[in-house]
Amino acid sequence: MEGAETGSEATWQSSPEQGWVAPRVAAEFPGLGIAWVEVDARPTSSSSEPVRRRLRDLSDRFYGAHAIHMREQPVPWSYRVFFRQIGLDPDRVRTPAEQLALDRLHDGAFLTRGLPADAVTIAIAETCVALRAYDAARLEGRLCIRESAPGESLLGYPGQLEHGTLTIADERGPVELLFGGEPECGAERDTRRVAIVAVQVKGVPQVAVDEALWIAASMLQAA
Amino acid sequence: MPGLLERETHAGLQRGDERLARAELRRQIGRLERELAGLAAEAFPLRTIATGIGAPQGPPRIAGLAELERVRDALAERIGEARRARAEQAELWKRNRELLERMLADPGAYKWVRVSRADIGEHGCGHWHSRPRLGPLGMLMGWWRVKVSSGCPLAGRLAAVER
Repeated sequence: MEGAETGSEATWQSSPEQGWVAPRVAAEFPGLGIAWVEVDARPTSSSSEPVRRRLRDLSDRFYGAHAIHMREQPVPWSYRVFFRQIGLDPDRVRTPAEQLALDRLHDGAFLTRGLPADAVTIAIAETCVALRAYDAARLEGRLCIRESAPGESLLGYPGQLEHGTLTIADERGPVELLFGGEPECGAERDTRRVAIVAVQVKGVPQVAVDEALWIAASMLQAA
Repeated sequence: MPGLLERETHAGLQRGDERLARAELRRQIGRLERELAGLAAEAFPLRTIATGIGAPQGPPRIAGLAELERVRDALAERIGEARRARAEQAELWKRNRELLERMLADPGAYKWVRVSRADIGEHGCGHWHSRPRLGPLGMLMGWWRVKVSSGCPLAGRLAAVER
């Protein structure tokens, strides 16, 4: 992917790249957007001590009551509403922030899963913005949110995508369902550059998206 | 539930503009979702509000009018149920508070009755228990009183139990 600045002090671009939303989708969902930053980082199976410490600190600040009251907060509420609007039941297919909350309550802590997963976990827990991590080398061109065309398919998804399925796509084709799926080009062992991708929906302020991307990128950069 | 559904007639809807109708339904879904979240948060931790609506599963898509209507109606129904449950619970708490007042005024008339904080809608672990003073002697003599528990166990005590 293009657009990343690499300098002596920073290995990720100073401002997020903005993707595009297909006109029909944008007309239906004003406020929907996609943005990303790229960071030079190698996936690891265990995170550095500062990252693990931050996960522990987050775990200590997060209780059951937070999970219940989370839905009243503007950002998690916005994602829940959006899920309902795109035919997903957020009580079955959890929003990223709620899934994290559930995992935290189930596991008793935010468990470390290495990088870039931990960086994404921290950023989601802090901001509730929906983030994904992709292998930047396996993406081509600008990312977008669009409906799938007839005959398109997605790795890990049985058969062809139903026409009109909302996807995150690059110039080659869909890379993931908009929500509720697994990425086709997630960061793997041989990844050398990670793209942290944020999906913004109506009600989620731009500053929250920027903050989420900045947190995840700085965590990756510091590791 | 006309108050919840607000089936407003838009000029756009009359023109058959489905996109306007979908936008309106999405707005209503957002409002209902907020209300349901508020009810669930308000009930926690004394009660649990079911927020699931059993929506059909499928890939993410631009939901059509019928689907949005189903979601909107199911949410409205859930809110209706939650409101009814809240009203019934409030009535029960009121009756329990009245029982507690009567019990405090005349413990002997409510022998061995125990009312917890949760029974009257209060947080915490305490309870009120109508018990005889001085054990069996109090029972024989009719010396009844309401004993107030000391509340939640202290962290030190819990740690001692774990040891």
